[in-house]
Amino acid sequence: MDLQSCVTIEKEWDIVKARQLGRDIAREIGFGTVDQARIATAISELARNIYLYADNGQVCFEVADELDQKGIAVISLDTGPGIQNISQVMEDGYSTSGGLGAGLPGVKRLFDQFDIQSEEGKGTEIRVMKWLR
Amino acid sequence: MDREFKKIVLDNSDIIVQKWIDEIDSLKNSNYSSSVTDELLESTNREFVNIIFGSIQNEGDTKQLKEFSEKLINLGWQVSYITDGLQVFRRVTIDFILNQTDQIDTNYISELLHSVDKWVEPVIKQLVNEYSGNWENILSLQRVALQELSAPLIPVMDDITVMPLVGTIDTERAKLIMENLLDGVIKHSSEVVLIDITGVPVVDTMVAHHIVQAADAVRLVGATCILVGIRPEIAQTIVNLGIDLGKFPTKSSLRKGFIKALELTNRKIVDVEQKDSGMEQLIDSLGGE
Repeated sequence: MDLQSCVTIEKEWDIVKARQLGRDIAREIGFGTVDQARIATAISELARNIYLYADNGQVCFEVADELDQKGIAVISLDTGPGIQNISQVMEDGYSTSGGLGAGLPGVKRLFDQFDIQSEEGKGTEIRVMKWLR
Repeated sequence: MDREFKKIVLDNSDIIVQKWIDEIDSLKNSNYSSSVTDELLESTNREFVNIIFGSIQNEGDTKQLKEFSEKLINLGWQVSYITDGLQVFRRVTIDFILNQTDQIDTNYISELLHSVDKWVEPVIKQLVNEYSGNWENILSLQRVALQELSAPLIPVMDDITVMPLVGTIDTERAKLIMENLLDGVIKHSSEVVLIDITGVPVVDTMVAHHIVQAADAVRLVGATCILVGIRPEIAQTIVNLGIDLGKFPTKSSLRKGFIKALELTNRKIVDVEQKDSGMEQLIDSLGGE
């Protein structure tokens, strides 16, 4: 793993900043337009979750360059209220903000690997990974 | 003390100005003014230094300062020209006064620093304020301009209206889209509204949610909403996200959506046969009179 860059999410426009940077990194790695759109959309979801629920946090990018494959990792970190019931938020259609409730399960489907850790009152860390095929 | 320093500076203004200009000239190659002609740079430097001295002589003359800053802003010079210039002036002046004096103690130096700061401060404050005021003005104008562009509604023909969306959709814009859409549908009494998202770079759940809500609202006021301009990659992401857009018709392009809209309003596009002879007859009959 090399190159790590982060975007701090405080305002709504930071979401745009984060996905722009993510899209650029994905393009440099060599992802096609469809995967770029997937990555940008997923970053948008993660960053919006930070903006909506945690007030502030960071979205970080890592380029994974291993012998046989390349990929991008997106890490979303926040110090928000945490998630009480993770299995519930991973269900389609569950939302506390009146949204579609497709955010987190959608992100999981958009990426190859998905890790989530959350502690109530401390914050949430989500790490997703997409490999270049 | 302050008066003494002022006297030294004003009596030796020619030397200080020369030193200042030399220093500024050495800075110019490295940054801002590489694209500015030497004459313009020199005349501006002269004006700048005159203003600094003017402000030392009679504190509080802001009119000249305002004109100067407006000129710089109009020329598009960076604010670093001003901050660098004043920094250099401070350095040169302090150096000069220290060289003029024999007995120097810490008290003297602190008095000197205090005095020079007091001369420079109002100038820097005023100029930077003018600059940032100008920036804020530009920003707010651009925000208004963006808002005007954000949700246009085009009544292309009776009963059919198009709303082309270009660029990122945030919460504020989503609200505007909804309002304009409903206002427009009622105002133009449209039966079909086409929302074109060709220019929207990312469709995430928030954007989709707003589109679904807008389409629902349009349905409630009795019209049909067709979502057009869905690019292949957007279609795939929407499916991956698991967003259900099945409640209203969607099309890949505005053209197809428009044809669908015509169908919905019981119309179709017909090629008109060329009727040259008819036209000629008409002209003939007109010419005959």
